[in-house]
Amino acid sequence: MTSAATTAGRPNPLSTSTVERTPLFDEHLRLRAQMTNFGGWAMPLQYSSIRDEHRAVREAAGLFDLSHMGEIQVRGRGALALVQRLVSRDIAPLKPGQIQYALFCNEAGGIIDDLLVYAESDGYLLVVNASNQERDYAWAEQHAGPDAEVRNVSRETALIGVQGPRAVEIVQRSADQDLAPVRYYRFIDGNFAGAACRFSRTGYTGEDGFEIFCRGEDAPRLWRLLLEQGAPFGLKPAGLGARDTLRLEAGMRLYGNDMDEQTNPLEAGLEWTVSLGKDFIGKPALERAQQAGLTRSLVGLRMRDRSIPRHGYPVMQGGKPVGTVTSGNVSFTLGYNIAMAYVPVAARAPGTTLEVQVRGALAPADVVPLPFYRRPHPSTKGGEHV
Amino acid sequence: MSDASGLRFLESHEWVRQEGDRATIGVSDYAQSQLGDVIYLELPAVGHRVEAGARFGVVESVKAASDLYSPVGGEVAEVNEALKEHPEYVNEDPYGKGWILKLRNVTANPKLLDQSAYQRLTEGEQH
Repeated sequence: MTSAATTAGRPNPLSTSTVERTPLFDEHLRLRAQMTNFGGWAMPLQYSSIRDEHRAVREAAGLFDLSHMGEIQVRGRGALALVQRLVSRDIAPLKPGQIQYALFCNEAGGIIDDLLVYAESDGYLLVVNASNQERDYAWAEQHAGPDAEVRNVSRETALIGVQGPRAVEIVQRSADQDLAPVRYYRFIDGNFAGAACRFSRTGYTGEDGFEIFCRGEDAPRLWRLLLEQGAPFGLKPAGLGARDTLRLEAGMRLYGNDMDEQTNPLEAGLEWTVSLGKDFIGKPALERAQQAGLTRSLVGLRMRDRSIPRHGYPVMQGGKPVGTVTSGNVSFTLGYNIAMAYVPVAARAPGTTLEVQVRGALAPADVVPLPFYRRPHPSTKGGEHV
Repeated sequence: MSDASGLRFLESHEWVRQEGDRATIGVSDYAQSQLGDVIYLELPAVGHRVEAGARFGVVESVKAASDLYSPVGGEVAEVNEALKEHPEYVNEDPYGKGWILKLRNVTANPKLLDQSAYQRLTEGEQH
């Protein structure tokens, strides 16, 4: 048995001296998680089974360690101007307590990272991908003038995700704040079981839920409490494997797979994060790209047979290669196999039939709209649509 | 779960149970735990000839697609049809109902590992 292709990453033997640990590392070992090296971090890939963890999140709740994510704080009189310059989206309308999904682009319009911008009373918090955090921090620091202070607070910040239809009830049990009024893409600061924390109604699974920021030293106690209080609701700890199959069903792009510095937001289907009415790094290049017209576009594919499309597999049309799969897997919720892929604009319309080359054979696939899955009963009203 | 007594193994984590010129093959418990949830197997047709140590199929798990190698040579007599509907049998019972192929006209392969040698191999991989 040898690996022919990889998506979520095969479990690597961990040489723990060179891999970073989150404050919840010992909790994962206690739960006998299968650990993997994810972007330099020792993270749980799965605890029991990716399928079971995936189902728990869709039907009840899942508990995620997201402490590897990077947090960059921007303060000072020049904070708004700096963040406006760095991100693709107009964040001026954000009021404290509001969150926006946005992108860092380079001068050529390529995507450096995707992130969440938290508007605070005295500045902004940028939550970035784990593997990009040093580069993102350097990028922000490099563009900061004397009136903006940029700090990387990743090391002192832990992040725990509770996602699923029962997540809000579970988090509410030990929260000092009423969480019901906290709408999607809003946050509130408060206490959880006596520990200072931030309740953020966000996630990367397509379900309702919260992401809870807390101090690293409080994280193990909060993690155990959530496991204990969530168990009667059906909550299970969930690893990066389930996180990947969940976000794929929800059509959420994964940085490094579905977008990178060689792709721009327009072709990645993220034009809604681009505000051409303001200045930001990469804007002139994106205006030119828009005027020139797109050549390719990220689409959803639904496989007709049981072949599993994976990152890097060629997409064919009439026997000729026309594109590439960027993410693909089984959809446990839908019962068929799905992928995201870059295809020529002429082939992006839903209903177009293409093929994915899987080990030399051509597997038929139909272009379908993204997301593949939308949760049936959104429990929030009027929240930001993402 | 069925036990592994009397089985022999390839270093690439496939097992074989040989009875005369017939054999049953599958993947080890260690392999299934490393693969994670199995979702699909691409297997040869009955009558197809497989060679000892050569690739005969692919197992797709949520994590990855992995090649399968045959511990012995022979002709495919039977494919485990139950795995089409229940690929999770490979995870649940790798030495029992998660078997993959049955072969006939089997040729022996002296280079296989016995259970204790195989166990030492997997312990070496884990640490």
